Amino acid sequence: MYFCPTCSNLLLVQTDGAQQQFYCQTCPYIYPVIKTIVQRKTLDRKQVDDVLGGDEAWANVDQTEGENAELLTDLNSEYRDRRKDAVKRVIANMTVGKDVSSLFPHVVKNMQTEDLEMKKLVYLYLMNYAKSNPDLVILAVNTFVKDTDHVNPLIRALAIRTMGCIRVDKILDHLCEPLRKCLQDDNPYVRKTAAICVAKLWDLDQERAIENGFIKELQDLVSDSNPMVVANAVTALAEMQESSSTKDIFVVNVAFMNKMLAALNECTEWGQIAILTSLADYKPLDSKEAENICERVVPRLQHANGSVVLSAVRVIMIYMRHIKSEEFIKLLIKKMSPPLVTLLASAPEVQYVSLRNINLILQKRPDILQNDVRVFFCKYNDPPYVKREKLEIMIKLCNERNIEQILSELKEYASEVDVDFVRKAVRAIGRCAIMIDEASERCVNVLLDLINTKVNYVVQEAIIVIKDIFRKYPKRYEGIIEILCQNLDSLDEPEAKGSLIWIVGEYAEQINNAEELIEGFLETFLEENPQVQLQLLTATVKLFLKKPSQTQELVHRVLQSATTEIDNADTRDRAYVYWRLLSTDPRAAKAVVLSEKPPIAVEMSSISPGLLDELINNISTLASVYHKPPTAFMGNKAFSADAVKKAAAEDARDEEQIMGDDMISPTAAVGAAKNAMADLLDLDFGNESTTTNVSSPPVSLGNNSSVMQTQPAQASGPNYSADLFDFSSDMSGSSGGAFGGMGGMGGVMQPQQQSTNMSSPPVSTSNASNSGGLFGDLGSFSQPMQPQQQQQQQQQQQQQKPSGAMNDLLYLF
Amino acid sequence: MISALFIYNQKGEVLISRLYRQDLKRSIADVFRIQVISNTDVRSPIITLGSTSFFHVRHENLYIVAITKWNANAALVFEFCYRVINIGRSYFGKLDEDAVKANFVLIYELLDEVLDFGYPQNSEADTLKMYITTESVKSERAIMEESSKITIQATGATSWRRSDVRYRKNEAFVDVVESVNLLLSTQGNVLRADVAGQILMRAYLSGTPECKFGLNDRLLLEKDAVNRSTGGTQKRSPNTVEIDDCQFHQCVKLGKFDSDRTISFIPPDGEFELMRYRTSDNINLPFKVHPVVNEIGKSKIEYKIIVKANFSSKLYANNVVLSIPTPLNAAGVTCMVSAGKAKYVPAENAMVWKISRFQGQSEFMLTGEVTLTAMTHKKAWSRPPISMDFQVLMFTSSGLLVRFLKVFEKSNYKSVKWVRYMTKAGNYQIRF
Repeated sequence: MYFCPTCSNLLLVQTDGAQQQFYCQTCPYIYPVIKTIVQRKTLDRKQVDDVLGGDEAWANVDQTEGENAELLTDLNSEYRDRRKDAVKRVIANMTVGKDVSSLFPHVVKNMQTEDLEMKKLVYLYLMNYAKSNPDLVILAVNTFVKDTDHVNPLIRALAIRTMGCIRVDKILDHLCEPLRKCLQDDNPYVRKTAAICVAKLWDLDQERAIENGFIKELQDLVSDSNPMVVANAVTALAEMQESSSTKDIFVVNVAFMNKMLAALNECTEWGQIAILTSLADYKPLDSKEAENICERVVPRLQHANGSVVLSAVRVIMIYMRHIKSEEFIKLLIKKMSPPLVTLLASAPEVQYVSLRNINLILQKRPDILQNDVRVFFCKYNDPPYVKREKLEIMIKLCNERNIEQILSELKEYASEVDVDFVRKAVRAIGRCAIMIDEASERCVNVLLDLINTKVNYVVQEAIIVIKDIFRKYPKRYEGIIEILCQNLDSLDEPEAKGSLIWIVGEYAEQINNAEELIEGFLETFLEENPQVQLQLLTATVKLFLKKPSQTQELVHRVLQSATTEIDNADTRDRAYVYWRLLSTDPRAAKAVVLSEKPPIAVEMSSISPGLLDELINNISTLASVYHKPPTAFMGNKAFSADAVKKAAAEDARDEEQIMGDDMISPTAAVGAAKNAMADLLDLDFGNESTTTNVSSPPVSLGNNSSVMQTQPAQASGPNYSADLFDFSSDMSGSSGGAFGGMGGMGGVMQPQQQSTNMSSPPVSTSNASNSGGLFGDLGSFSQPMQPQQQQQQQQQQQQQKPSGAMNDLLYLF
Repeated sequence: MISALFIYNQKGEVLISRLYRQDLKRSIADVFRIQVISNTDVRSPIITLGSTSFFHVRHENLYIVAITKWNANAALVFEFCYRVINIGRSYFGKLDEDAVKANFVLIYELLDEVLDFGYPQNSEADTLKMYITTESVKSERAIMEESSKITIQATGATSWRRSDVRYRKNEAFVDVVESVNLLLSTQGNVLRADVAGQILMRAYLSGTPECKFGLNDRLLLEKDAVNRSTGGTQKRSPNTVEIDDCQFHQCVKLGKFDSDRTISFIPPDGEFELMRYRTSDNINLPFKVHPVVNEIGKSKIEYKIIVKANFSSKLYANNVVLSIPTPLNAAGVTCMVSAGKAKYVPAENAMVWKISRFQGQSEFMLTGEVTLTAMTHKKAWSRPPISMDFQVLMFTSSGLLVRFLKVFEKSNYKSVKWVRYMTKAGNYQIRF
């Protein structure tokens, strides 16, 4: 485009005879075109907006085989850098979970290289994909075998290490020769790697490992001059011993023990742990020897690595059993305390493991750490799981001397914000009160202070705790009932409500307006949680027995509505039982309902001695963290009859707590418990179908025996068996025993049930030794009963109205 | 024992996955993501699902997860996870998502070396650095020559030191760093006071020097005193410290310490933590805090906080920070201080009072007033403790002193030693 030089308008073209010319539209300017006019202009391409966000957006998108094809070219490239880069990309893809197995032969081709980094990458790839290409692995074998002869010990070790990780049968044929060579390599680094490799081989093919005599070679390595080789040989042997069927691979004898002790001082921290772990398996010949070993192990307590310290503690705790000298034991305990305290300065996770273990050690040796309770005081910013464990240990260390300190500390915790922790703190105060008689007064005062804070959940928890204190020290703190009753309105949790109702019922004669209170509760009787209903029922009956004149109408109304309007079988059954008792013989009712309660005690050592010893053997391991024997959470191991008995009886009660705390999947646990149940029943009764007891349909009403039949199937709340016990305790011998049996069974059966705590004495007192016997009771009891029961069930189906049932039942009595 | 090791980012994406045993599949990674990372209520660092146990440690924006099917040594697994973090830090400066993504090849190499078949091997960062390098800059020839030396060292009795170190000037620096932990009750009683000390050393010494290190440790000194003055009256020297417990770097000969309480060692080259100790006896608290906090009605709280420095007036403290909690429903906060600066930080629900230089024996005061808004539900204020942060140079709370550091080496060179002391706040909390 051209413009007019005089007036700047656009020039147009016109023909003037033979030639063309530019002319201006507004002025007379003319430019004749006499030669070719050319003008060149490059145009900028318009920038396209990238709607998806530029190159970076393409970095991690899914790809079709396009990328694999690209990698394939790169892997076969003639340039080393390019190949290496390609291998790196393959590994990156592998990490994010993309399938790159199709590149197998091309990656393996790059194995033959002097570049150590590249070699490692290829090996990494091999380990991951060898299984999917077993036929092609043979391509790599040659390089492996060659590498185990390499001058560079790092490469020798790398080759033997990787070979062991490739779990393909074909490679095993080629593994044995190089492995034997490496076990005798003069470089310790290669030897220690080869030692572990024997364990890998063992894991794949035990026969072959034995045939080739590797066990013997490994045992020889225990006396190697290099401590790390010793440690790895010990590690490998220990693992093989555990999985071997003959258990003769690594029996720690005096010779081994001495060699391990010699290596202990010089090997790495991890090696020390391996050696300490194996030392724990050694059985000392006499007290003197045990003392000597302990002396050699004690310096490990000063190690900076917490797991070394805990492993040393384990060895010492185990050997202590063999030491006779009391003085030496005292000395050991004194030496163990400071390192245990120091563990509390480590990372929170290690602290957690340590605290769980200190808990165990305290149960075994209650005299340890007696003066160190302060270090277990919670810091404001400790993680919740650490706080919880510290609280447990504080209670364990609680005695007359430090109770003051602990109480003020617990009170402090009760004002924190973490609701769960606050509740635990309040509970802890109650446990202190029950444990230490002299301190109960102070504890009650602290609880009253807490109730005065009016913080809802604190008040509720405090009331639950006070109920327990009332049970432990009856007739000592009645004065505070009035204060408790002022907080009626703030109670909304069933347990707290139930507790207060229990208190009101129990002390009805001392509360002037007891009937008003109960009546107040009864207004919402039908809407309450079954747990509260049961308590209300019992409390009303108690009230009636204590103050018959004013409450006759009340009790009648309650029983009426409980029997006719409530669907819950428990509540209804109990109402019937009470009704029957009251209508036939009020004196008997009094004897049953108002009978003396068995006193409650805090279980200090919640773990039975047998289990405790097993857990001490497992200090620092998972078992010690869960406070459960290893068999309970390790799969694939069939329950032996022995283990089942132990597991079912000893820690069924613990189960719920630990389960809840540590999130072991409930289904698995229930499955295990059920298994245990079934096995247990089998053990006791052969294959008789006693399990039907467990699954028998709930019988809605009936005589004693049918009540008992249903109970295990639906023992729903902690108070249930307790209160059944309330009225069953005075019944005739045999049925009382059976009730007890039921209680025990309820405990075993219901690992998910709320912590049974103090409110249900039969459950908490039943222990391993007698539960089997009680099952026996039950079995013998149920045998003759069955026909009668069936008959009875038929009757019930015919009877629609409960009142009719009542009449019919009379003849059964 | 460790069957697999995973590193996840905050979102639960797998950054590193390394299986050491065949009893697990890679898909187990998803289980952890679902059960822990996307679960808001995780109450334990160990989780067992079925027969598989997951141990996790959080660091920066990462989850480091070890998985096992065995009855593994739980303490070992956690210590190992922390060791992995330390190695990462030593290699990359800091171990976070970006560092992991940028160095994943190297991390695989490291993981290959530190764990074999699930058993921890060598985890000393310094040794690892000799043969696993960030850039493969070394020529292959060099590697060939050195590798047998490396392997000897990696497995040897002094795996932490190379034998051929040479310095023109032989120097050793010792830093004694103490963290004071204090918990003061509402009534002003000391609930817990202890000192966690670290002795850090930077050794630039030639050859394989054997060092002997002496502290004013009461047990040791009293024993010496008894030896020297047989039959003399044994008196407690006032300038000694009773150490409750101590832990040493692996280079220290523990057997020797146990028998005669001397600390002797062959130091690694460069910086390392020689020992850690703990004392709870006779602690000089560097600061005294007297809080007076009155809740006036439901709408106002008055604070009066007095801080006094308890150490010699020749010394001074740096970076003193007090964080004084206020209730969640604080509406307006005014505060006046006699030194430093104080301001209300709503995000932390606290008044933060900073004093950059705090002379010994001096005393400062903060007066403040917090007005509260009305709240619908009355929930008591939990009154978190006042926490304090500070550093005091050339002062040890425990009274610990380094008496000597002797270096013995074959060539008998002269060496120069330096000692510094510092006390800083650990968990310095005052309830009110």
